[in-house]
Amino acid sequence: MSNVFINGTDTVGVAGHCGPDVRSDLQVRIEPRERDGLQIKIESRVDAYYGDSIRRQTEEVLEALAVRHASVEIHDEGALPFVIAARIEAAARHAGLGEGTRVLPPQLPLREPRARDRMRRSRLYVPGSEPKYFINAALHGSDGIILDLEDSVHVSEKEAARLLVRNALRAVDFFECERMVRINQVPLGLQDLEEIVPECPDLILIPKVEEPQQVIAVDERIGKIKADYGINRPVWLMPILESALGIENAFAIARAGEQIVALTVGLEDYTADLGVAKTPTGSETLYARQRVVNAARAAGLQAIDSVFGDVAEMEGLRAWGVGSRALGFEGMGCVHPAQIAVIHEAFAPSAAELEKAHRIVAAYNEAQAKGFGVVSLGSKMIDAPVVQRALKLTARAREMGLLS
Amino acid sequence: MAILEKTELLTNAVGRIVPEIVNGRSQVPYMGVGKCQPIGRKAAPPVRTAADYPANGDKRVASLEIALRKCGLRDGMVISSHHHLRDGDRVALMALEAASLVGAKNLMWFPSASFPSQKSAIALMEAGVIDHIEGSMNGPLGDYCTQGKMRGIGVLRSHGGRWQAIQDGEVHIDIAVIAAPTADPFGNCDGSHGKSACGSLGFALADSIYADRVIVVTDNLVPFPCIPWQIQGNNVDCVVEVDSIGDPAKIVSGTTQITRSPDRLRIAEFIARFLRDAGIMRDGFSFQAGSGGIALAFVSYLKPMMKKAGVKARFVRGGSTKYLVELLEEGFTDYILDGQTFDLDGVRSIASNPRHIATSPFTSYNYHGKGNFASMVDAVVLGATEVDINFNANVVTHSDGRLLHGIGGWQNCLSSGCTILAVPSFRDRIPVIVDQVTTLCGPGELVDVVATERGIAINPRRQDLIEAVKGSNLPIRPIEDIKKEVERICGGKPRLPRRGDTPVAIVKWVDGTVIDTVWQVP
Repeated sequence: MSNVFINGTDTVGVAGHCGPDVRSDLQVRIEPRERDGLQIKIESRVDAYYGDSIRRQTEEVLEALAVRHASVEIHDEGALPFVIAARIEAAARHAGLGEGTRVLPPQLPLREPRARDRMRRSRLYVPGSEPKYFINAALHGSDGIILDLEDSVHVSEKEAARLLVRNALRAVDFFECERMVRINQVPLGLQDLEEIVPECPDLILIPKVEEPQQVIAVDERIGKIKADYGINRPVWLMPILESALGIENAFAIARAGEQIVALTVGLEDYTADLGVAKTPTGSETLYARQRVVNAARAAGLQAIDSVFGDVAEMEGLRAWGVGSRALGFEGMGCVHPAQIAVIHEAFAPSAAELEKAHRIVAAYNEAQAKGFGVVSLGSKMIDAPVVQRALKLTARAREMGLLS
Repeated sequence: MAILEKTELLTNAVGRIVPEIVNGRSQVPYMGVGKCQPIGRKAAPPVRTAADYPANGDKRVASLEIALRKCGLRDGMVISSHHHLRDGDRVALMALEAASLVGAKNLMWFPSASFPSQKSAIALMEAGVIDHIEGSMNGPLGDYCTQGKMRGIGVLRSHGGRWQAIQDGEVHIDIAVIAAPTADPFGNCDGSHGKSACGSLGFALADSIYADRVIVVTDNLVPFPCIPWQIQGNNVDCVVEVDSIGDPAKIVSGTTQITRSPDRLRIAEFIARFLRDAGIMRDGFSFQAGSGGIALAFVSYLKPMMKKAGVKARFVRGGSTKYLVELLEEGFTDYILDGQTFDLDGVRSIASNPRHIATSPFTSYNYHGKGNFASMVDAVVLGATEVDINFNANVVTHSDGRLLHGIGGWQNCLSSGCTILAVPSFRDRIPVIVDQVTTLCGPGELVDVVATERGIAINPRRQDLIEAVKGSNLPIRPIEDIKKEVERICGGKPRLPRRGDTPVAIVKWVDGTVIDTVWQVP
């Protein structure tokens, strides 16, 4: 892979964060030398408990990276082992060392591949450069976790975040959440794939898609990496449309690859592109959102809404979610775990809807049993798409825990 | 250190090594919950004569220094103070510095708790004015003690244990210095009014009753009578008026903030659901929640559940905060029985609402009372620094043995009907659920539930609770299971802390026996 050298000279490598307000991270500074072996200086908030372990791990990672002569300084704020490994590797690469070597933490057993049409009501964004949020992210019950390499990561930290997210995919238990990664915009995003895809993420979000070719490029690169690593599991795709042009090309993008399972929309960038203000009611983005829903449905995909940015405003979020479901979206993004429960409520079918769906399903079952071709409820004939919708609704309600 | 060299070390009933003699006094090793049953008569102050006090009731003296001289301050005496002004208190240091001016040496400072802003007590220890502290120590004072720099040994007691020690004569207060937000010249005083209002003065009540001499220090002197009074002037020797008894900004917080940490909110929600699903939340129940972020958030989750179920509490126990006051004002509880007051809403409420009552460690926690409120509370939510797989818990030290918190009412509260420890399963990389706690402050038989962000562990001794929540969708897990998961996340068990061989403080159980030792950290 190519290196992106940033933030420093080409001889001293730095990665990570430290300081009194930093938790669960560390900063590593590596200065390569010609000789005299390794000089490792470690300061750690958890020195009394894990000082020896940190030193041992540091030596092992440097050994694996074939770093033999260097001055290494570590300021640790209680980082977990997978973070320590990623930061040392990033600092070494930043210093021009360890080229082509990946130092991977032990891998947790992979869970079953996620179904193409699984429930995607909520996806929680976690900044890819903030390891303190990783470890408990999946406890909060969202359907998906997005480890973000794009907007939440400063340009100087792209490579370090990539290694951190790669290690997190191996070492962090995300329980039943769908493990999603938002890569950078193509072409930088293609480099992200080299580190990410071997760790079998369930889904890749592709930002700022405007043309089908961008999705095709990602799809092809993923296919190649999967073949290189002998990976058979699916890696689903979710393009994010965030511009007027992207919205115009929604249907073509939706049909750009077999692995696409959902279309979503990024309203911050979209309203900026339009040159309008984003409002709590979202009337300025109604067209774009409807267009996305229609294109997604036309291509047989899920339509997923944007995020609601105000984390203190729960009633606004609820109203947005309810409106979003009414438009045909099946979920939305979360920027804080507190939003998850509200979103799940907003995207849950009402008791009346469920009741009606039950009656339709019962009528359908009865018609099937009696061998009738036509399903009727009272005096009304029920069309096949309505039956399909009722079946899907009850199945989803079961997944949501609303039905036993 | 002469005392230490003679000290034998004994093993108590929970297997902890404790010194036999502390600060020249024989100690009883912890024997088990409710096992220690001392006999004899309670301590009492000397007989006084009203004829010796001004007939017009005016006990004012010009300064603390004069008051201390008048009270006969001598080397080696015990000076007490209370911590209702929390980190804003100025009076305790003012008194100790005045004692220094009088020339006293080797005093024992006996605060109901110390705070980081009182770190200049270190200089007074260095100068030999203070020999040692018996009371909570944290921050710089905690480090000073843990590093073995204090001459005497620290003694950590619960709020109830402090009252017990005063009542059974283990600690005799020579001079009590009571900071009072409002007082009259006779010495009647109260905490609910005045520019430095702090709510209750309950922690100073025992001092006022049992000390040889009592000095009231106020920045809001009112003509007799000070109404209401919580401390009776009949126990007071002198009243000193000063410009300020404390920094109001640090006495109570404006509004206590609920945690925004999603992990902590999750723990708080688990606890509320646990109380509901276990059937503890029912009409007429009671609970205690402190000022910690999780405890406050727990109240905010419980309230809508109470509303939905149509139940109200008979009483709730403070530290009172805005959130408890809201329960009271919205009719979700008949009473707040308040030990201390944490924010402005609490102060306003205790000053104006007859259903918001100031209590004291005597009513709430005292081992030598004929019962106390703590065991009558249905459920209590507490924090801890560590919990072990036998549910023993630590609240005073970090895992490396450094002093972090006082005991407060924590030990006393363990006797509630359902004691719930709300803890993250690890902090930074340091596991909170461990094989063995560094310092044992609460025996596992009294800890019923440990609620973490990764699940809830119920003490196997409480089969009734395990049965009660069967069928609920709470993540109930064995504590060993949570510990294993955390050790995997943290990259193995932490190295056991190295500790010195010298005791620097002891941890008392609520009955005055020694439950554990804090060792010098090298």
